[in-house]
Amino acid sequence: MSALHIKKGSNRHSAYNLRPTFSDVQEKHTIAVLVENEPGVLARVIGLFSGRGYNIESLTVAEVDHTGHLSRITIVTTGTPQVIEQIKAQLGRIVSVRDVHDLTVEGAAVERELGILKVVGEGEKRVEALRLADIFRANVVDSTLNSFVFEITGAPEKIDAFADLMRPLGLSEIARTGVAALLRGN
Amino acid sequence: MTREMTGAKMVVQALKDQGVDVVFGYPGGAVLPIYDEIFLQNDIRHVLVRHEQGAVHAAEGYARSTGKPGVVLVTSGPGATNAVTGLTDALLDSIPIVVLTGQVPTFMIGSDAFQEADTVGITRPCTKHNWLVKDTDALAGTLHEAFHVAKSGRPGPVLVDIPKDVQFANGKYQGPKPSASHYQPQLKGDMEEITELVEAIEKAKRPVFYTGGGVINSGTAASQLLRELVDATGIPVTSTLMGLGAYPASGKNWLGMLGMHGLYEANMAMHGCDLMINIGARFDDRITGRIDAFSPKSKKAHIDIDPSSINKVIRVDIPIVGDVAHVLEDLLKVWKARGRKVNREALEKWHKQINEWRAVNCLSFKNSEKTIKPQYALQRLEELTKGRDRYVTTEVGQHQMWAAQYLGFEDPNRWMTSGGLGTMGYGFPASIGAQMAHPGALVINVAGEASWLMNMQEMGTAVQFRLPVKQFILNNERLGMVRQWQELLHGERYSHSWSEALPDFVKLAEAFGCKGICVSDPKDLDDAIMEMIDYDGPVIFDCLVEKHENCFPMIPSGKAHNEMLLGEAETQGVIQAGGAVLV
Repeated sequence: MSALHIKKGSNRHSAYNLRPTFSDVQEKHTIAVLVENEPGVLARVIGLFSGRGYNIESLTVAEVDHTGHLSRITIVTTGTPQVIEQIKAQLGRIVSVRDVHDLTVEGAAVERELGILKVVGEGEKRVEALRLADIFRANVVDSTLNSFVFEITGAPEKIDAFADLMRPLGLSEIARTGVAALLRGN
Repeated sequence: MTREMTGAKMVVQALKDQGVDVVFGYPGGAVLPIYDEIFLQNDIRHVLVRHEQGAVHAAEGYARSTGKPGVVLVTSGPGATNAVTGLTDALLDSIPIVVLTGQVPTFMIGSDAFQEADTVGITRPCTKHNWLVKDTDALAGTLHEAFHVAKSGRPGPVLVDIPKDVQFANGKYQGPKPSASHYQPQLKGDMEEITELVEAIEKAKRPVFYTGGGVINSGTAASQLLRELVDATGIPVTSTLMGLGAYPASGKNWLGMLGMHGLYEANMAMHGCDLMINIGARFDDRITGRIDAFSPKSKKAHIDIDPSSINKVIRVDIPIVGDVAHVLEDLLKVWKARGRKVNREALEKWHKQINEWRAVNCLSFKNSEKTIKPQYALQRLEELTKGRDRYVTTEVGQHQMWAAQYLGFEDPNRWMTSGGLGTMGYGFPASIGAQMAHPGALVINVAGEASWLMNMQEMGTAVQFRLPVKQFILNNERLGMVRQWQELLHGERYSHSWSEALPDFVKLAEAFGCKGICVSDPKDLDDAIMEMIDYDGPVIFDCLVEKHENCFPMIPSGKAHNEMLLGEAETQGVIQAGGAVLV
């Protein structure tokens, strides 16, 4: 089911231990949390972050195993190495959490996000928007005579870049899913 | 075996199957079906408290004095919200309790019904885990899981919220099956790390054991193993407030409590050691003082069942995740197999150094013939009660620290105090819980008058259930610890730290139908204490003490262990602005 081989909450076998724990450097980590899909489980995870003052940059959640009642929460967070280590250990303490993975240190991971952008404009700007969308491999999922809705998937940075280009061309609304991620290989 | 029964009956059946003999509770609309079932049986005793907070603290007192989970039954809405302080207290001190709350019927949830509150939402951050049961068929399994979670791993409070229609409906009952749970914390420590710790013990010149509540939570076997390890190695041992009694106060390697109001020799040993072995403690801020000056030259090992405790505050060199008893057993085995080695010569020097610190006699105080010094009152209490089958609870403040300093504990589970949360009002109901568990024992709540008043309504419970708890109140008519901090940190501006309208405690005792004793002359103290002990029933003991006594030794906020204040003369201007913002 999951690619998580680390014993839940264990400090000992974490590749993280190879680096100094108490440093001031802020790091961005993508953490995958496998949870029992029961009412309130997301509140437990979010409450942990707000209650202990940790950051959430992005969070996605969906059921991934219907028969096993398991959901996968992907959290992108920033913090010092000590804070990141605490976040993982604290997540591991939650009774309905089955497994915690730090995709940033466990190996190369694939990270993808879906963005939906509405661009309103006419004439040259409209043509330019469509041309750029083609370069970014964004699809048109809705169009009127003076607007497009684009769908784009990719790493968050790619969506950032696309949104930046669309802004002067009439970007009026944007919706993003947050990051979903998996480790590469087997 | 599965049986068909109502949800309410299931609750009582599950409690019986979990070996519960006492429930602390308060009825209300949403739990009436369960109270009906309690009425119809005689196996489980129900103690009617006077406030739900009292029920939770009583359950904590029961749990800490027995090692078994304490059980609470309260109604929805205000019943549940009144339990929140107790839940948080139990969470911070890792006390196993199971709180059952009634809830409005499932079809009314979310409608702002009478006495409806989002109980699982409110208690999510103050429980180890909680459940809302919406289906009677799931109730028995959830209740058994609740006990399993409360007891396993790092213990803690759990809550099961049971809507009234779930209590009325029929469903299938199943007995306990702990192996069915996904929640199975790791008990055995990593042998490689344990061996590394043994090597460190063999070489250490100035080692110290720093033990905590985890040793007590791990069970009596853990305390036995700790005693064996300490006495076989000759390594001195100190303990947090929560761990007192795991190693006997009369033991020859005992340093006394450490921390903010800990003993000079204990804190100096922590500061000067070259190997610190933390067993079931969590580097709390009351222990460490200034983090960057905390035991700067030591190698640190940390045994804890909760991986999140490791490297949370202090970076350690040898982390061992596991249950204290399991780890100590393996540790002793490895140490014996390798030839029971320690650096005897260095240890002798280390003990000599410790004896020099001990000679400072940090607990000495200036006694008085006119007024009772609180320290003297506790010295006399210790003298007159030690050797008895004694359980001590405390409230929170100066009296709590003095009790920890001047009373000696020979066994685990004999000392119950609110350590992590510092809950005033904890001690009285906790003494009720301890007395319920140990009917023949001498149970004393060492209290301050301000803390005691916070849950004084429980006197009704003590009288009704004939619980001869002794309320030993050190009455200084002040919020003593607040007053002390205002003196040291806030220019002696005593903002709202005194009480002008205290009750006459003797009359109060009479009003409740118990005995009141008031004493103010040091000469009368012994006789008064004996009268309290000998009286067969609850006693409110109003001990009028010196009003302006400060609690020493003290590590001021923002200072290191070796910067302790030993007495009044040293207090002028020592706490700087940086320390004043800390608590």
